[in-house]
Amino acid sequence: MKTGSKTLRSNIITYGLVVVFYIVMQGLYMTDNLSSLMEGLMVPLCYYMILAVSLNLVVGISGELSLGHAGFMCVGAFSSAVFARLVDEKIPGMAEIIIAILIGAAFAAIFGFLIGIPVLRLKGDYLAIVTLAFGEIIKNLINAVYLGVDANGLHVSLKDTKSLNLLEDGDIIIKGAQGIGKLPRNATFTIGIILLLITLFIVINLVNSRQGRAIMSIRDNRIAAESIGLSVSKYKLTAFVISAALAGVAGVLYSHNLANLQATSKNFGYNQSIMILVFVVLGGIGNIRGSMIAAVILTILPEKLRFLNDYRMLIYAIVLIAMMILNSAPKVVAWRKVMAEKYFPHKGKINEPGEA
Amino acid sequence: MSSFLSYLISGISLGSVYAIIALGYTMVYGIAKMLNFAHGDVIMVGGYIAFICFTELGVPPVICILAAMIGCLVLGVVIERIAYKPLRGASSLSVLITAIGVSYFLQNSALIIFGADSKTFTSLISIPSISLMGGDVIISGVTIASIIACIVIVAALMAFINKTKAGQAMLAVSEDTGAATLMGIDVNRTIALTFAIGSALAGIAGVLLCSAYPTLSSQTGAMPGIKAFTAAVFGGIGSIPGAMIGGMVMGIVENLSKAYISSQLSDAIVFALLIVILLVRPTGLMGKNIQEKV
Repeated sequence: MKTGSKTLRSNIITYGLVVVFYIVMQGLYMTDNLSSLMEGLMVPLCYYMILAVSLNLVVGISGELSLGHAGFMCVGAFSSAVFARLVDEKIPGMAEIIIAILIGAAFAAIFGFLIGIPVLRLKGDYLAIVTLAFGEIIKNLINAVYLGVDANGLHVSLKDTKSLNLLEDGDIIIKGAQGIGKLPRNATFTIGIILLLITLFIVINLVNSRQGRAIMSIRDNRIAAESIGLSVSKYKLTAFVISAALAGVAGVLYSHNLANLQATSKNFGYNQSIMILVFVVLGGIGNIRGSMIAAVILTILPEKLRFLNDYRMLIYAIVLIAMMILNSAPKVVAWRKVMAEKYFPHKGKINEPGEA
Repeated sequence: MSSFLSYLISGISLGSVYAIIALGYTMVYGIAKMLNFAHGDVIMVGGYIAFICFTELGVPPVICILAAMIGCLVLGVVIERIAYKPLRGASSLSVLITAIGVSYFLQNSALIIFGADSKTFTSLISIPSISLMGGDVIISGVTIASIIACIVIVAALMAFINKTKAGQAMLAVSEDTGAATLMGIDVNRTIALTFAIGSALAGIAGVLLCSAYPTLSSQTGAMPGIKAFTAAVFGGIGSIPGAMIGGMVMGIVENLSKAYISSQLSDAIVFALLIVILLVRPTGLMGKNIQEKV
């Protein structure tokens, strides 16, 4: 089949890009050609790409607007950080991070499932506002929770560290708004890239599977899909839970890259969710490779523009508005078509949605 | 009892401000079908305009409030013209991202112009406070002003929409844009008018919000904006009485949970309430239930 080989080629390009990116970055790092700024961005780039790809599964493939992606990331980050503190270097770093990833993904998936069942009944903008509310709830809850451990087991409180009633040798893990300290910091660029490849593998295979086609048919016409016997809620929930679990994985990477983990409106607030959504929209909705590239550019660019100080975010805002208008304003799109027809007749290539 | 009453009253006061902001969201959503994420930041701009007029120029409070309203009105119309109008007919996601871009733009412009340190806002409302129950419950001037402003605005808007030609045009556009165009309604002008009204309301809300919570920074509008937005959804987005009820409920629940449950969890409780309501009534309290036809 011609289309089959085309998809395959496109997927190989996507994986290849990641591998090339890894080799280039690692090469620069080994030969000490990387600025300290870029060195600090190596792991963040990985988790932002994972977040972008996983959100694309919901926004692009499933066609639902979610503004709570940072909430799932937060769940993954905190569940894995608590685990890291509980085992407290009793098991080797590599084994620790593998188990932490599984725990983070599992917790985020559970939350995705719980919030997904009721919420996916809602449509469009309502879904957006509820997922936004969910992200804020998670952030607020974690800021209010105190968690300690001693010989008797775990103690939880919503008040302060004293009301945990810990024994003498007890250890406080989550200190309310101060978050979790003394984390192992054992995430590396290699682990990040492996996780990114796994994410890509899961998402691309899902998109090109029977389930993926079912999900996309629901996106394109819910009523038609339902009438041929597809279970709308089941497929939507599948996409939502997988996406949440992958965001949880990104959260694990995030928490294992820090010594201190706190839930602030900067890292887990709705602004972060919006940031990830911007990656997806600018990269091309439903285009997995595009959202990765957008994540890389939009993570590095603001850092490189730091010399602009206060004007940095202003320029970012203007670029965002201009990009949106140039990309999707009906008049501009029509004008671009006319121009393309004039200078490159019959060479317009149409991208299939869902192709990575 | 008296403490409960004062929490309730300050909740109603906060709720009135949320309601005024929510009206802007709900009208714009009803007519342009877009989530105007920048609305909260228009409130912040309104606060800054009133602040500059009052402390730097020393003009009387009434003129400050008018200036804030007119400034926001112009801002709202300009934003609509430059950022949103070219995207009419584009996917709702690109409009949403553009609105977020506008929001960042307003916040960072304010940051550059006014600096990162927050300003102390002097209350513009000089209505004397009332004490009830022998001085146990004190209702401040800002509270009275907020509640009166909210009631007057809702009544005026309802009258405007139901009694005037422009208001009827708004209703028509929100029901069916295509049919409204065929009936000779200028859709672009109607949408611009909606933005003008919504933004002028945001100007008032900015003054009231900053008078009640007297710190002003570039982030001032963000969280109230989000909460008012949830209030609009809670009440049924697109419905004016719904926005008022939603705002009131949000304000009261937020204040009471701050007082009796936990100040840190109050936001979480408000948002959880929204989720519960939407599960029971997927289009909000007063939202219209639209039957889907194949």
